[in-house]
Amino acid sequence: MSHLLEVKDLEVKFALRSGDLTAINGVSFTLDKGEKLGLVGESGAGKSVTGFAIINLLSKPGFISGGKILFNGEDISSMNDSKMRNIRGDRISMIFQDPMMTLNPVFTIGTQMIETLKAHRQISKAHAKEIALEKLKKVYIPSPEKRLSQYSHEFSGGMRQRIIIAISLLTDPAIIIADEPTTALDVTIQAEIMDLLRELCDSEQMGLILITHDLAVVSEVTEKIAVMYAGRIIESGATNDIVNDPRHPYTAGLIRALPGGVLKPGEKLHQIPGMMPTLTDIPLGCAFNPRCLIKNGICESELPELLDNGHKRMIACHMRN
Amino acid sequence: MFAFIIRRIAQAIFVMLVISLIGFAIKNKIGDPVRDMVGERVTPQERAKIRQKLGLNDPFITQYIRFVDHAVHGDLGLSFFYKKPALDVIVEKAPATMEMVIGAGLLIILISLPLGIYTSLKPRTFFSRFVMGFSTLGVSVPVFLTAIMLIYIFGVQLHWLPSYGRGKTVDVFGNGWWMSGFFTADGLKHLILPCISLASIELPLFIRLIRSEMMEVLETDYIKYAWAKGLSPMRIWLVHAFKNTLLPVITVFGVQIGIMFAFTILTETVFQWQGMGYMFLEAVERSDTSLLIAYLVVVGSVFVIVNTVVDIIYGFINPTIRIAGR
Repeated sequence: MSHLLEVKDLEVKFALRSGDLTAINGVSFTLDKGEKLGLVGESGAGKSVTGFAIINLLSKPGFISGGKILFNGEDISSMNDSKMRNIRGDRISMIFQDPMMTLNPVFTIGTQMIETLKAHRQISKAHAKEIALEKLKKVYIPSPEKRLSQYSHEFSGGMRQRIIIAISLLTDPAIIIADEPTTALDVTIQAEIMDLLRELCDSEQMGLILITHDLAVVSEVTEKIAVMYAGRIIESGATNDIVNDPRHPYTAGLIRALPGGVLKPGEKLHQIPGMMPTLTDIPLGCAFNPRCLIKNGICESELPELLDNGHKRMIACHMRN
Repeated sequence: MFAFIIRRIAQAIFVMLVISLIGFAIKNKIGDPVRDMVGERVTPQERAKIRQKLGLNDPFITQYIRFVDHAVHGDLGLSFFYKKPALDVIVEKAPATMEMVIGAGLLIILISLPLGIYTSLKPRTFFSRFVMGFSTLGVSVPVFLTAIMLIYIFGVQLHWLPSYGRGKTVDVFGNGWWMSGFFTADGLKHLILPCISLASIELPLFIRLIRSEMMEVLETDYIKYAWAKGLSPMRIWLVHAFKNTLLPVITVFGVQIGIMFAFTILTETVFQWQGMGYMFLEAVERSDTSLLIAYLVVVGSVFVIVNTVVDIIYGFINPTIRIAGR
């Protein structure tokens, strides 16, 4: 059976004067209808780049240099721009990190909603407005009629993110890519937005790719996780399995670093020593080896393959396979 | 919005008072109106009498209030050379200058907008590099040199365009006030070279300003989001990015229109254009103080009015300003 979205050996490079820099290397995953996937990792792991690569909207000088992105069986990674526009914002919507910066400050919410519908449907303004109202109600915006004629600066951060979710719902997309949708928000608002996203994905049967560094958020919302490190997926599997029994030392480190659970008040949080390597000096062998607590000689010379451990789990680690 | 407009107008009035104060102080200190009026032959006693009669011995502040009072009623003093009210002289000359400034302003808008947008969207093309290089050259060449070069090429060598005067004008309102060159082919021909010269100083600035503002806007998240929504490139560039680009540009345009009025002095001199700038230079040569002060006040008020109007337009375009004005 073909998947709704299948990313196969995706490779993204940045063209620099000194030569091409590989940002994403051999990333593969699948997403089915109504499925929720978490892309997890520290800053610089390549999560967002993966997200933008899917809708072919990489900032220059980034470009897709290899692999395939199959959406409903069709490769969209090499599609021309005008064809891609029929998918981008229509079949696949994106939610950005900072709702303060995502809406255009000089147009009303109504204008920004209606234009999205008009870009994808032969539709009258009145009809578009009706749909916009309906979607605003879905994300629990009070008195939506009034809100349509307001500007983004008249809303709070949480409200703006709801509006952006409403915009992404306008065309009833098959997939929503949410790039750190709650990072810029208060903790209490974070939970609300996450609940809303989960609820909408379930009721509308939309696929969700949730890009975040927050394992706690991912574990609440998604069914499966792919953990990224230095442009590669290093562990993937069902959310429950990974959170309860992380196999890769990096994933284990991330989970140990979460506050709560075994920690007592006053005790220091765990951390993974060192930093994510920059793209220009990724270490030989396993990219994680300088920070790894269980490494061996082979880790410093040979890249571990992402292998199935037989329990629907993929791990890229010499020591754990 | 109403409160915002009222506040802007109040500010404008305040600025006008300051301009008039400076103007009056200059008038008060430079030149002797009694000498201007009576010449050399009158005795000192008679001069003192005239001074007393004209109120020139009153305290500064009393004289200033009288000056403002007169100015509000449209009386900015007499031009001793023209033997009529200074304001009348200026009003007569104003249309010529206005037409040049409007023409130059239109040129700037029509050329800088498309070029600014194009160079921001395609900064690496040969044409963009050419425009940017040429605009650097444009800023650094002084306006009188541009004007003389234009006259030499198009007037003297090619004989395509007239190089001085306003050409054939028509009376717009039928009362002899606004003699316009806008409505005759000859008048328009005469406008071309002066307008290009006047525009040449501001044009490169605007191309660069629009380009850099637009490039900045194109990098913002909301433009990236507009792409992610699947909008067409034209809508993203010309609606989403352009409106945000326009905000700072409008403010600068208001200031620059005022500065262009000042630059007409040079342009009008080179082209023998019978406008306010030309009149100003003549007035300086004749030490016609009243006329100089009247010029200062009139140009000051044009500056203030243009900027107030621009601010109000800005308030309509930028929604966040309206909130602040409530």
